[in-house]
Amino acid sequence: MALTREQLAQRVAQEFRDGYYVNLGIGIPTLAANYIPDGMEVMLQSENGLLGMGQFPLEEEVDPDLINAGKQTVTMVTGASLFCSAESFAMIRGGHVDLTVLGAFEVDCMGNIASYMIPGKLVKGMGGAMDLVAGAERIIVTMTHASKSGQSKLLSECTLPLTGKGCIKRVLTDLALLDIDNGQFILRERAPGVTVEEIMALTEGALVVEGEIPEMTF
Amino acid sequence: MSGLDKTVSSYEEALAGLDDNMTIIAGGFGLCGIPENLIKEIKRRGTKGLTIASNNAGVDGAGLGLLLEDKQIKKMIASYVGENALFEQQLLSGELEVELTPQGTLAEKMRAGGAGIPAFYTATGYGTPVGEGKEVRSFNGRHYILEEALRGDFAIAKAWKADRYGNLMFRKTARNFNPLAITAGKIAVVEVEEIVEVGQLDPDEIHLPGIYVNRLIQGTFEKRIEQRTVRDA
Repeated sequence: MALTREQLAQRVAQEFRDGYYVNLGIGIPTLAANYIPDGMEVMLQSENGLLGMGQFPLEEEVDPDLINAGKQTVTMVTGASLFCSAESFAMIRGGHVDLTVLGAFEVDCMGNIASYMIPGKLVKGMGGAMDLVAGAERIIVTMTHASKSGQSKLLSECTLPLTGKGCIKRVLTDLALLDIDNGQFILRERAPGVTVEEIMALTEGALVVEGEIPEMTF
Repeated sequence: MSGLDKTVSSYEEALAGLDDNMTIIAGGFGLCGIPENLIKEIKRRGTKGLTIASNNAGVDGAGLGLLLEDKQIKKMIASYVGENALFEQQLLSGELEVELTPQGTLAEKMRAGGAGIPAFYTATGYGTPVGEGKEVRSFNGRHYILEEALRGDFAIAKAWKADRYGNLMFRKTARNFNPLAITAGKIAVVEVEEIVEVGQLDPDEIHLPGIYVNRLIQGTFEKRIEQRTVRDA
C-alpha cells in the first residue's frame, strides 16, 4: 500500500534528531511537525523570519503579525526568535539549518530537483525553495513516486526546469525511501506491502537494489 | 519634517515626488507587515508604469493587488505571485511583466542595495532558469551565480513602533522584508502603528536605526489575514 499523507509525515519525522533546526515546506513536510518524538528538542524554522514555530493558534491567540511561510497564522514556542528575511536566508544559505524537507514534481538520479514550474502552466514562483535546496546539507524531498497515470517522477534526467542542481541526496515517496549517490537511486526502504518489483517498475532513473529491502516501520 | 525628525503629517506628503515609471521596493510577506496605507495612497495618486520589488504581489483587492486594478504596475520583481487572479490575467495578456527571483536572493539584493554592495555571488539558482545569462564563478569547487543589488527610487515599508527620529521596531513576522526594503530606497517612507518621543525606545532594542528612514507617518491598519488557521481548544 502506498503511504498515506500521515505516514509520509511520520517517516519524515523519523529523520529528526535531538537538537536539529529544521525547515519544513508547505504540505506534507509541515505535517511532520505533528510527529516530533517525545523528549526530542527540534526547532522549526519558517523562512519568513521565525525560528521556533509552534502549533496553530487557538481562535483567541490569532495574531496577523505572526504567520508561517505558507501565510498561515501560527504561534511561537518558548525560546523562539524573530528576524528579517536576509537573516533568515543567511541561516539557510549559510548551512546552519540541519534539515530541509520539501516537495517536488520530479527528481533525477543526478540529484537534480524540479519543483516550481511546469511550462505552459502559469508559473507562480519558487518562493524560498531555490535557496533552501542550495543551502541545506540534508534535504529530504517528499513526493509521489509516479503520476496517477503511472509515469515515474524519479527520472534519469528531470524534464521540467530545475529548482536546484545536484543537491538532493534523499527522497521519500509514497512507495519508498531512496538515497541518491553517484548517479543512481539506491533503494533503502519500502512502504509496507509494496514490493521491490513495483518500485523498480515505477522508477525510470537508474536504481540500485542491494540485499533485503526492509519495510518502513511506524 | 525638520532636523532629524522624520515625521510627516499626511500620506500625500509621505509620497510626494513619486512619479510614473519609478522603481519602488516594498516590505511585507503576503499581507503580513505590508505598508497598506502607502499602497492605498499610490492608488489614489494614480502613478503608472511602476516597477515594484516585493516578495509577493498582494491578493485581489488587498495589498499590491490594489495597484493592479488600475494597471499601475508595469513590472513585478517577486518570489511568489500566486493567489491573485488579476495578476494572472495581466501577466497572460502581456500588460504586466514579472521577474521571478528566489526569496533569499531577493532579500539579499535589497540588503546589498542598501549596503553599497553592487552585486554578490550565490549558489541559489545555479543550473536553473534563474541562472540563465548570469555570470558563473567557482569557489572551492562549487558554482555560484552573480546577482546584482536592487535600489529603489522609493521604499515603502511598515514597522510597529518608531520614535520621531525614525528609529524602528518591528513586530513578530511582520518584520520580514521591511528593514531591507527601507535601506534600499533612495527615499524611504515608513508607516507605523505608533510614534513615540525620542528617548522612549531603548537603543538596544531598535531593530533599524533612523538613519535609513526619510519619511515617517503613523497610520491605522486593517492587517488582513490570508490564511486564518486555528486549532481547537
